[in-house]
Amino acid sequence: MDWLINAGSTGHKFVLMFVAIMLFVVVMGAILLAVDRPKRVPGWVVAAAFLGPTVIGLGFGLVYPGLRTVWGSLLDSKGKDYVGLENYVRVFSEDQFQTVLRNTLMWVILVPLLATLIGLVYAVLVDRTRFEYLAKTLIFLPMAISMVGAGIIWKFVYEFRPDQPGVNQIGILNQLLVWLGLPPQQFLLSEPANTLFLIAVMIWIQTGFAMTVLSAAIKAIPDDIVEAARLDGLHGTKMFRFITVPSIRPALVVVVTTIAMGTLKVFDIVRTMTGGNFGTSVVANEFYVQSFRIRDLGLGAALAVILFVLVIPLVIYNVRQLRIAEEIR
Amino acid sequence: MNSMGRRRSRATAVSAAGVLLLVGACGSNDEGSAEETAAAIDCAQFEQYGDLEGKTVSVYTSIVDPEAEEQRASYKPFEDCTGAEIEYEGSREFEAQLPVRLTAGNPPDIAYIPQPGFLKSLVEDFPDAVTPAGEAVVANANEFYTPEWVEYGTVDGTLYATPLGANVKSFVWYSPSAFEGAGYEVPTTWDELMDLSQQIVDDGAIPWCAGIESGEATGWPATDWVEDVVLRTAGADVYDQWVNHEIPFNDPQIVTALGAVGDILKNPEYVNGGLGGVTSIATSAWNESANGIPDGTCWLHRAANFYQANWDEGLEVAEDGDVYAFYLPGKSASDKPLLGGGEFVTAFSDRPEVQAFHAYLSSPEWANAKASVTGQGWFSANSGLDSSLLQSPIDQLSYELLTDPSYTFRFDGSDQMPGAVGAGTFWTEMTAWVASDKSDQDVLTAIEASWPSS
Repeated sequence: MDWLINAGSTGHKFVLMFVAIMLFVVVMGAILLAVDRPKRVPGWVVAAAFLGPTVIGLGFGLVYPGLRTVWGSLLDSKGKDYVGLENYVRVFSEDQFQTVLRNTLMWVILVPLLATLIGLVYAVLVDRTRFEYLAKTLIFLPMAISMVGAGIIWKFVYEFRPDQPGVNQIGILNQLLVWLGLPPQQFLLSEPANTLFLIAVMIWIQTGFAMTVLSAAIKAIPDDIVEAARLDGLHGTKMFRFITVPSIRPALVVVVTTIAMGTLKVFDIVRTMTGGNFGTSVVANEFYVQSFRIRDLGLGAALAVILFVLVIPLVIYNVRQLRIAEEIR
Repeated sequence: MNSMGRRRSRATAVSAAGVLLLVGACGSNDEGSAEETAAAIDCAQFEQYGDLEGKTVSVYTSIVDPEAEEQRASYKPFEDCTGAEIEYEGSREFEAQLPVRLTAGNPPDIAYIPQPGFLKSLVEDFPDAVTPAGEAVVANANEFYTPEWVEYGTVDGTLYATPLGANVKSFVWYSPSAFEGAGYEVPTTWDELMDLSQQIVDDGAIPWCAGIESGEATGWPATDWVEDVVLRTAGADVYDQWVNHEIPFNDPQIVTALGAVGDILKNPEYVNGGLGGVTSIATSAWNESANGIPDGTCWLHRAANFYQANWDEGLEVAEDGDVYAFYLPGKSASDKPLLGGGEFVTAFSDRPEVQAFHAYLSSPEWANAKASVTGQGWFSANSGLDSSLLQSPIDQLSYELLTDPSYTFRFDGSDQMPGAVGAGTFWTEMTAWVASDKSDQDVLTAIEASWPSS
């Protein structure tokens, strides 16, 4: 038994992992076989056998922790005594958290809209050009970089050194300013512009995703529609406005909501680049800081619940749009 | 690999690492016996721990490579002589993860906790998980550490943790060669320090450089500044009351102290050499902010002894070298407050091997083993430490100041305060203090408001 619980070496851990996976396969196989073998099994038994493990897994892994978090948000900082809605009152009344909520709002509005807009325009512009393949690859590349990596890269881009003899700029943006004869700026310092500079990083990452999905949608517009529109005299921006955009509306909605959901959870960029200082914190970052650094468990849970509540309408809207899109097809 | 072979390979590694504990050959039996391989170490000292063959002790800390390598090397004598195995795990997310592991019922055997305030909250939140120190540990603590250091590891009269490493923060880094060239003297009082700063300005340079950017922990170097100056303008007694919240955080005496810090850090003429204006303090990485001293763009940088790890390898850290540090002077030459810190060994299990390892870590044998495998940047408050083993002059100076009774030692204040303040608002408000020129009074009032009521 000890061999199964305490893995010392990496090799041992791998073997254990393999054993665990095999165990899972065997148990699941046994259950399914047991249901399948006898001829007349009531429908509910089959349903329970197939759904049961999933329901139990979701219950332990998702529902229970979710309910625990909701309950935890009603407790004090040590997670012991019941304090009612006090944590929520704090989040919505104290200055520092209002900054956090304001920033989150900026992120959720600006990132999906700008990333989708830029991605869409880019997709239309490069569509069926000679460099389409290369152009798409370039804009898609940032998607492959982790948010922490992107944060570090952009921190260097924004890096500030004074305009002083013997001191050289490190950040490319400030070097450009100096070449233009302008004083270098501390981009990450002044509120609320610094949040915009952080948002730029997320847009840089997400545009590739928007471009890829939208490009595929554009290519799926039937040729006869485009041709008919052209015969009716539609060109350029009008074609874009009246044919392209309406035709890919479902894809647009999915892209916007998906990016919005990812943006609500943004944490890595803020943490790597400013640590939430200088008024750049967002809900996900503040949730981590309160829960794990300051150890105010109640407040951390309240922030997590707020994040959860904010995501729900987006998820519902996203799912509904996906359904509608499928019905059309 | 059988255990004997494993031991032999370990012993080879030990001699390769240069562990110089050549106190004498231990009672080696015939060739090939288990003890033979550990001949370089005096195993007699380890007999008190008994035979711990096959036992494992897990250690969880915030100390990561390359310092972790030195930590592991310092355990070799213990491992070789007792046969126990130390499983070392260092994590940058240590402070966040330790409570998670305790909540999950998966504690490490031993953890090195860098803040007494954190220890206190762990004992309060997880009374069953934190294990009081055993007899041997208590005996070591009382014998080799001053009562103050024992007190930092004590919660409600019970000793839980013993000091591991120590550091001294009341230092100002400077360039001895540049000082000599310009004819500057090392100041011995606060007024002389301010005069020197003005002198440097008059000579056409910016005296100070400072940076408090440290990722998620941005702001902590500024809290050290405040603590050091509170000790100098208000005195050690007021400092204790302030740290223990017996006076409000925004007491007028603290406002005065913050004002004195501002006389340097918020004076555009005094900062920020090579790094920009006053606000650049907030965005300059603390571990790079003193590079202006060898580069000649600034002259003074207040930082702890462990800042030496951040200098370029080519620089000589010595009293007559490229860079060195002088004691941040007190109000008068006889007023010598000393700010410092350290980490504390805490056990979460009372298994014999865990208690034995804890006792070893609190003993002079470990301190000396650690000193001899560490190149620079480490010393301990252990009175049994042989300071001649310390390999860097700044470490020797730090140890000297720490053990000199004419200096009044005080432990880092923010490390003793509740997490919401010491690792929360004190950091963020000090950052706002430089970044957005928030006033002294507003900063201190905001921190006071965040002090947990219970």
